[in-house]
Amino acid sequence: MASKVIHAFYDDDDVLMLAVKKVKAAKLHIDEVYCPFPVHGLDKAMGLAPTRLAITAFLYGLVGLTVATLMMNFIMIEDWPQDIGGKPSFSYLENLPAFVPIMFELTVFFAAHLMVITFYLRSRLWPFKEAENPDVRTTDDHFLMEIEIHDNEQELRDLLMNTGAVEINISEKNSH
Amino acid sequence: MYTFSNRLKIASIVLMIVGALGIIGGFVMAPGTIAEAKEMVASHDGGHGDAHAAEAEHATKESDHAVAESHGEEHDASHDQHLLDQLKNRPWAALYVAAFFFMMISLGVLAFYAIQRAAQAGWSPLLFRVMEGITSYLVPGGIIVFVILLLSVLHMNHLFVWMDADVVAQDALLQGKSGYLNPTFFLIRAAIFLAGWIGYREYSRKLSIAQDDSDDNSNFKLNFRISAGFLVFYLISESIMSWDWIMSVEPHWFSTLFGWYIFASMFVSGITVIAMVTIYLKSKGHLPDVNDSHIHDLAKFMFGISIFWTYLWFSQFMLIWYSNIPEEVTYYVTRIADYKLPFFGMVAMNFLFPVLLLMNSDYKRINWFVVLTGIVILAGHYMDIFNAIMPSTVGKNWYIGIPEIGSVLFFAGLFIFWIFRALSTQPLQPKRNPFIEESRHFHY
Repeated sequence: MASKVIHAFYDDDDVLMLAVKKVKAAKLHIDEVYCPFPVHGLDKAMGLAPTRLAITAFLYGLVGLTVATLMMNFIMIEDWPQDIGGKPSFSYLENLPAFVPIMFELTVFFAAHLMVITFYLRSRLWPFKEAENPDVRTTDDHFLMEIEIHDNEQELRDLLMNTGAVEINISEKNSH
Repeated sequence: MYTFSNRLKIASIVLMIVGALGIIGGFVMAPGTIAEAKEMVASHDGGHGDAHAAEAEHATKESDHAVAESHGEEHDASHDQHLLDQLKNRPWAALYVAAFFFMMISLGVLAFYAIQRAAQAGWSPLLFRVMEGITSYLVPGGIIVFVILLLSVLHMNHLFVWMDADVVAQDALLQGKSGYLNPTFFLIRAAIFLAGWIGYREYSRKLSIAQDDSDDNSNFKLNFRISAGFLVFYLISESIMSWDWIMSVEPHWFSTLFGWYIFASMFVSGITVIAMVTIYLKSKGHLPDVNDSHIHDLAKFMFGISIFWTYLWFSQFMLIWYSNIPEEVTYYVTRIADYKLPFFGMVAMNFLFPVLLLMNSDYKRINWFVVLTGIVILAGHYMDIFNAIMPSTVGKNWYIGIPEIGSVLFFAGLFIFWIFRALSTQPLQPKRNPFIEESRHFHY
């Protein structure tokens, strides 16, 4: 289904933040904001639900810690017990200090990589994907606010113009 | 303007009086003769024989100690003298640990403050007066530590074994170090460091107050320059101070990252105290412009520097554990043998606790959560200094009793009294700092 949306362009992140607050104060729903770089506090101002990415990162970290522990226990203690630096105790716990750096590294490795992959999946990003941003300038120096029009085009135009938009366009959008 | 409330003033004075009684009690209770010392130990654990046997076994394991101590019949007598020295050291060591700990907090805050100045940070100017208030304790705190060091040099106590000329005469390693580690040079260094820290503190504070009534930014710019210069002096002096005042209680042992390690301890304790004092002042209705984001940022530092401290603690521990060189590893052998609970308990308090409690972003904004974590962090870093000083001065005769608690209470009282008195002398919010607007609108 195609719907009409209004695109308001801004050239400053502070102006954008104020504009978002004004639009929210007018009880309008903002569909999306496209930015060339992350703007601090924008998600809160838009009223987006808090991200759960941090929780997944913590869980991935625990997975990494577990993998490291089991892996080092298998390699160094069970499968081929090793005597390094005169520490042939063949016990995981007694050799623990030697394994801590590996446990730390794999915790970070798992948390970082799996979090990035989760982020890509959740944002529906993959190689060769066609860009979703409606205007190439949002990858350079412009911010774009997108609001769906429900027979209130002129009203929206006036409101957005007052918030300091540098350009306002109307376009058709295929909702997915 | 903040006025030092009577309740807090009375509380701090009560802490000082109770603490002073504890300190005096500790000195009165310390044994005067070998017989008294033996009696105290016997009544304390009842089975001194067992402990003694264990130690004999221990001594044979450590070959270098065995050579020094295995004099047959002489052994018992020298052991008893050693026991007496350790028990006599205990009130001194307790006093020194607490005095150093509170001095270290204000020194850590001073470093944090200088970094904010040198970085021209925009978020923190609202907290500058709080930081300046805490660093005011550096004057009495530093002088007290210096006096204790001076008394050590005058042989009032035996905290620093290398100050004893008889010991040095029999010890080739200490003779080799005596060009650096001798009482005169030791005191000269201490005086230079304290003069530098206190001098910077007073000058920067003066410029900070002058900036309030000035009509240009010259004070601010000068403060920026001297802060950058001070940080260079601080990094060197803090490192040498940690060798002198802490590492030298165990003069045979050395660690190349010790300066950083003590720095991490003082930095995280200092930041924690900034957060706690700020939260206290806010709860009394002061600092109206300080918002959740400022507390959030301080809590992030508490979280981050706790991990940094653990990183250094572990780096030091793992390399020494792995290489297992006798002259290095004795440091950890004594701590794990005689100080198991405080040694590993400290890691739990300084690492696990803050990591788990402050990991969640939202918890860094909940004031009582930050205060709770802060109390554990401060206790943990007190234990850190305790673990650094006690094993080398009182050995296995440690206990957290009247001398230790008394010393902590006394210096806590003095610390609170001094910093809140300093906070009440000037408005809590700088007026004309060029970044004050940015700080007011700070949100993360």
